[in-house]
Amino acid sequence: MNECHTLTVNGHVHELDVPSTAPLLDVLRNHLGLKGSRYGCGLEQCGACMVLIDGVAAYSCSREIGTLSGRTITTVEGLRSAEALHPLQQAFLDEQAGQCGYCLSGILIVAKAFLDRNPDPTRAEIAAALDANLCRCGSHPRILRAVLKAAADMRGKMA
Amino acid sequence: MTALTFSLKDNPRLDRWLRFQDDHTVRIGTGKVELGQGVLTALAQIAAEELDLRIDQVRMMSGNSVEGPGEGYTASSWSIEHSGAAIRLVAAEVRALALARAALRLNAAPDELTVADGAFLKNGSPSGIDYWSIAGELDLSAEATGAAAPKPQSAHRLVGRSVPRLDLPTKLTGAGFIQDMVLPRMLHARTLRQPGPGAALLQLDEKIIQRRAGGGVRIVRLNNFVAFVGTDETAVRAAAVAATECAVWDNALSLSPEQATPDWIASQPSDDRLMGDPPPELATDRICARFTRPFLSHGSIAPSCAIALYRDGVLTVWSHAQGMHPLRENIARTVGLSLDAVACHHVQGAGCYGHNGADDAALDAALVALALPDQPIRLMWRREEEFGYEPLSSAMAVTVHAGLDGAGRPIDWTTEIWSATHGQRPGVGGASLLAAHAMKTPPPDRKPFDIPLERGGGAARNGIPLYDIGPKRIELHLIHDVPVRTSSLRGLGATLNVFAIEGLLDDLAGRIGEDPVAYRLAILSDPRARRVLEKAAAMANWSSREAGGAGSGLGIGLARYKNSSAYAAVVAAVEVDEAVRVTDVWCAVDAGLAINPDGILNQIEGNIVQAISWTLIEEVRFGPQGIATLDWESYPVIRFSEIPEIRVELVEAGEYPPLGVGECAGGPTAAAIGNAVAHALGTRIHDMPMTRDRIMKALMA
Ligand code: FES
Ligand code: FES
Repeated sequence: MNECHTLTVNGHVHELDVPSTAPLLDVLRNHLGLKGSRYGCGLEQCGACMVLIDGVAAYSCSREIGTLSGRTITTVEGLRSAEALHPLQQAFLDEQAGQCGYCLSGILIVAKAFLDRNPDPTRAEIAAALDANLCRCGSHPRILRAVLKAAADMRGKMA
Repeated sequence: MTALTFSLKDNPRLDRWLRFQDDHTVRIGTGKVELGQGVLTALAQIAAEELDLRIDQVRMMSGNSVEGPGEGYTASSWSIEHSGAAIRLVAAEVRALALARAALRLNAAPDELTVADGAFLKNGSPSGIDYWSIAGELDLSAEATGAAAPKPQSAHRLVGRSVPRLDLPTKLTGAGFIQDMVLPRMLHARTLRQPGPGAALLQLDEKIIQRRAGGGVRIVRLNNFVAFVGTDETAVRAAAVAATECAVWDNALSLSPEQATPDWIASQPSDDRLMGDPPPELATDRICARFTRPFLSHGSIAPSCAIALYRDGVLTVWSHAQGMHPLRENIARTVGLSLDAVACHHVQGAGCYGHNGADDAALDAALVALALPDQPIRLMWRREEEFGYEPLSSAMAVTVHAGLDGAGRPIDWTTEIWSATHGQRPGVGGASLLAAHAMKTPPPDRKPFDIPLERGGGAARNGIPLYDIGPKRIELHLIHDVPVRTSSLRGLGATLNVFAIEGLLDDLAGRIGEDPVAYRLAILSDPRARRVLEKAAAMANWSSREAGGAGSGLGIGLARYKNSSAYAAVVAAVEVDEAVRVTDVWCAVDAGLAINPDGILNQIEGNIVQAISWTLIEEVRFGPQGIATLDWESYPVIRFSEIPEIRVELVEAGEYPPLGVGECAGGPTAAAIGNAVAHALGTRIHDMPMTRDRIMKALMA
């Protein structure tokens, strides 16, 4: 049965008429056309689907929309500003951090939430923060470098 | 005259490869496809180099079965060697044709003209004409002749530079994958899989399925193939899950845990082949050792996906599979359409690392599209479907036998291999697409087949060591009767063969108390192999390697991929207690002329990370319901916190032709870890993955 749910996604308020049990990921991809959050397993095991819910990184593949009314969601599409890429996206480009790229949306999201909490992390701290995200291409070394670089860039901007 | 390459002989017309487009760009066609390895960027660099274009003036058209060249599968690291060589010759030839035409137009001698950004310069000044102003006068339907020599390396300005990946910006901002494609009126689809080729569907309770889906799902059934189709992806997925739970099958595949082991494989009847030198007549002092690895999954991060549309008698398929020309033939044959009535287009997907479910999902989508014409069908596999039904990489056992001289050096070598095939791509060796087995007339049984050694070998890949040993041979026991489908995973048989060869070499060095690097150098005359070995050893500060046996170790591994492609030497440092922790990896690679050095490093790093995961963690298990490792919890792979420091360097080898690199470091990485663990423990673990149990067993032995 469809019900009306109010959700703020990347700064826009949406009224959604969907079943309460619909996973957030399906709503983002198929109802809002935001394809950046990706289906990898549907089991909360790979991290490809991660989004920010009120600033906290969370799986979207099994999270039912009915539990999210009134919440604020940020997806990978919402990271950048109109003018520029988010420093994380820029650092990933600078380091050429990615091979197939399928894992990157979820990783960018987790890294963003992590750097918000810890702006000056070590490589080991970043690795620990990203441990729930799988990357099958083995882009990890570059991703770790890119997050370190983004952290430095963001601190530079603050100073 | 430059000799025509393999791909050019198959696709001689210039316009299959190169077209001038109205928007002042050049379209470069390739049969090879982007799998995350950066190939399209490297091929664009080659084209822009020869044509004197900027990289942004090149548009890559990849994997188009109608207009583009057919180059088989994107596999075995052939792309740069085959497609790159063809594009290089075609671009050089078209540049020469265009220059001659421009010279006529400008009333100039060809050597007065040069090209910059696609415009002709006469004695260095703008001439007012460019490629596009004379394109109409060039006959690109002509066949390539190889008459124009490509540029020498000294003239390169783009080749050899680390041009950023063309596809990465899109992928970092939330688009770029086949999973993201939307066509008007598109329907979603999921399948119910036939549990094994001989299984017959006895009962399917459609009421339960509709109830679980919330209604509104169409059920398409073709013999033992069933798909659930509708506008709502959530509902369609729920229907497929419900169907999997409630379907009743006759003759469903059941497996036992033992069948997943290398020992089981090695105990099966086999088709035996001898490759290389004849067996030795004289018995020498012989040493042998046996190594094994389990079945492995490709484990793509995304389940396979395809889109298909059947309209006006034409079936169009969008797929992320590794070859669109083969896919077109395989689909046409399976569904009984003529080749003209099928068009396949490549769209990027997640990394596949070999033959996974991509081709099969494309047939699935095509079957549904044929049943429901005029509506695009987006069919995606479920996670458990990808793990449970994609082809696996075969479990293997390898016994290496070395005959020794009085000084303890090998003078005769046999690599004896037990494995199922590593080459079961659709259309190769009689193999078919998965759903073909669910049709009324299933495909005929395959005969024993593996990729022949001339084409790089399957199980036998890298079975011949590159050392100066005297007679060397492979004894392959190809196991045909395996209850699961096996096919190509990055590296194929090379991963275990190199692990075994390099493992025994370390043991042989140990027997005479020699340093493993020194021992190898004493039997290695290939200067390119010596150079990477010495380089990796220097990077790792090998000369200060300690005695070992105290829980930390340093090990080395070396191979030339397929014995014909890139050379890689890897040194790994490990710490071993309850588990093996790889702390550092150093790797030196000779890739010949490096088209895009950073792209090469990226692939090698990825290959190293994946090989660490294979060596230490991964293992497919079987159970009564078939493959039992159906999610990331039962099939764990390496995580961020397990990633060592990895340093990769390319040795300067620009005088040699470019070589494929995407798979060169896997075997040497596995070998380096194996040898480092042996160094750390003072005893060797012969079996992958090197789990806690195996460490304990080795220490007790
Ligand atoms: S898709 Fe959500 S964790 Fe894998
Ligand atoms: S880049 Fe392919 S999965 Fe991470």
